[in-house]
Amino acid sequence: MKILVCISHVPDTTSKINFTDGDTKFDTNGVQYVINPNDEFGLTRAMWFKEKQGASVDVVNVGGPETEPTLRKALAIGADSAIRVNTAATDGYAVAKELANVVTSGGYDLVIAGRESIDYNGGMVPGMLSALTGANFVANCIGLEVDGTSAKAVREIDGGKETVATSLPLVIGGQKGLVEESDLRIPNMRGIMMARKKPLNVVEPTGANAETAASSFEKPAPKGAVKLVEPDNIDELINLLHNEAKVI
Amino acid sequence: MSILVYTESENGKLKKGAFECVSYAKAIADEMGTGVTAVTINAEDAGTLGNYGASKVLAISNGDLDKFNAKKYASVLEQAAKQEGSKVVVVSSSADSKYLAPLLAVGLEAGYVSNVVEKPSSLSPFTVKRTAFTNKAFANTEINTDVKLVGVSNNSFGLVESGGSASVEDFSPSIAESGVTVESVDKVAGKVTIADADIVVSGGRGLKGPENWGLVENLAEVLGAATACSKPVSDLGWRSHSEHVGQTGKPVATNLYIAIGISGAIQHLAGISASKVKVVINTDPEAPFFKAADYGIVGDAFEVIPVLTEKLKAFKAQNA
Ligand SMILES: Cc1cc2nc3c(=O)[nH]c(=O)nc-3n(C[C@H](O)[C@H](O)[C@H](O)COP(=O)(O)OP(=O)(O)OC[C@H]3O[C@@H](n4cnc5c(N)ncnc54)[C@H](O)[C@@H]3O)c2cc1C
Ligand SMILES: Nc1ncnc2c1ncn2[C@@H]1O[C@H](COP(=O)(O)O)[C@@H](O)[C@H]1O
Repeated sequence: MKILVCISHVPDTTSKINFTDGDTKFDTNGVQYVINPNDEFGLTRAMWFKEKQGASVDVVNVGGPETEPTLRKALAIGADSAIRVNTAATDGYAVAKELANVVTSGGYDLVIAGRESIDYNGGMVPGMLSALTGANFVANCIGLEVDGTSAKAVREIDGGKETVATSLPLVIGGQKGLVEESDLRIPNMRGIMMARKKPLNVVEPTGANAETAASSFEKPAPKGAVKLVEPDNIDELINLLHNEAKVI
Repeated sequence: MSILVYTESENGKLKKGAFECVSYAKAIADEMGTGVTAVTINAEDAGTLGNYGASKVLAISNGDLDKFNAKKYASVLEQAAKQEGSKVVVVSSSADSKYLAPLLAVGLEAGYVSNVVEKPSSLSPFTVKRTAFTNKAFANTEINTDVKLVGVSNNSFGLVESGGSASVEDFSPSIAESGVTVESVDKVAGKVTIADADIVVSGGRGLKGPENWGLVENLAEVLGAATACSKPVSDLGWRSHSEHVGQTGKPVATNLYIAIGISGAIQHLAGISASKVKVVINTDPEAPFFKAADYGIVGDAFEVIPVLTEKLKAFKAQNA
């Protein structure tokens, strides 16, 4: 089985979010980048398929040279080789088109992407990729088993989960639950040394057009101070929620 | 030319999010001088959509669509949008809608923007405001394709009754082959889900163990609320994964979010900050959550919550 794990390169979850150039660009100053958490779950599941079922695992990112340390980290965790499509990721559709080209030319059976990137939260690349390549698609995937070309997946739904039967070629949008938290791997020294020797191939984009463009950014209005209520004055809390906030 | 809306239903009844999406579409339709066409799938109350601004409903009833299937549903909506010549298509931000929207976008060659919180600020270029960086910012985003697909964030626009009525027509699209079949569904019946709830009561590690979740459950029951939890609580197996909210869990955009024994880590806040009113109960006055809250009680959940639950019960009985 040939697996491709899509890796989105995102600001660490603790990052302060600021903008520059008249609020038209994300301010990368002082921001630490990481593998998108949803993709980290997927990469870990891919390692399981590699170790238990002899799958090969490549990772891919659509982005500029600044994303290479993130791809190297994925190699250090255990991916066999990495691909970087050399173009800025500005729009989900354009990214999906570039990825579709990689998937088709590489003949991948299983594409593991994440539920959403935690930066732009588009939640669209995996679904679009499946539609562009004609593969089956399971979103919000929290469990995946593959046997030959058949697959069983678990999808989180509002208020529970469902189990589905499907087959390869398959794209999933993975998330927390796909593997146990404790199975997530931190690259060790040996992994980091090996990663330096693994191939990281840079390929040129097909030049897919973006369909959407962020023209400006805003931050939410600052929040007023919290109103504290004494623990022995619960009536006051109910009064505030009813008469002031009007939510009960 | 009308604006097409996918209106979701469950067990034959339209969901609240369906009325919100129609209200949203109506606001755009008025500006564009056109009408709103809603698509329902196996819903029995399709006519009620007129009250929120739909002028026409394409009602599908087909046993093959009883269970949600992203590919089949996307294909049905694609056929409806093409029949109506719709240039703007509106869906919600439920898990199901987010599943089908990217497929529909490719089918319609439509630019898709999810998590949209306001009606378009401009029709040309078509510009919508969406959340980004998990609610830490908003991005004003232009859609430059001929057909535009908008995913409306739950509870962001609200319900607007316009008192109109809709003509309901049967719609019989062809059903696509789908390579994904549902084998089993594991869902607690009759429980309000986080996505559909107006109020969410959420518990953190401060509750000490799963045996104490009766506190959260009872309070939620009185309020008709959904229950949720912080990430460590689901990692520890105290509650199911599907209750975990935050940046790596489910997003919460309710009218009222009550956080009990949750410290308010940045990853937790990111996922729930779209909620309108936040109440925090925590023993530690320095807990970061108080900075993000509207109302707070510095106190012990084991003392405060039972009293709050009893008093709310009495309040509800009086105001019923
Ligand atoms: C990549 C990444 C992603 C993450 N994603 C998420 C996410 O999506 N969602 C999420 O929730 N977390 C997430 N986290 C974890 C997050 O950083 C925090 O660790 C977590 O939110 C803390 O959970 P908690 O508040 O329940 O527990 P704690 O931080 O242990 O807080 C418990 C709180 O309970 C209070 N308390 C104790 N006893 C009582 C009492 N008797 N009555 C009232 N209050 C009491 C304490 O004062 C304390 O404030 C993520 C972390 C990382 C690194
Ligand atoms: N630039 C990118 N390069 C590679 N994969 C990506 C990229 N952007 C998004 N993805 C994948 O698509 C998933 C969903 O991203 P999004 O649709 O942007 O929210 C991510 O979790 C990644 O797996």
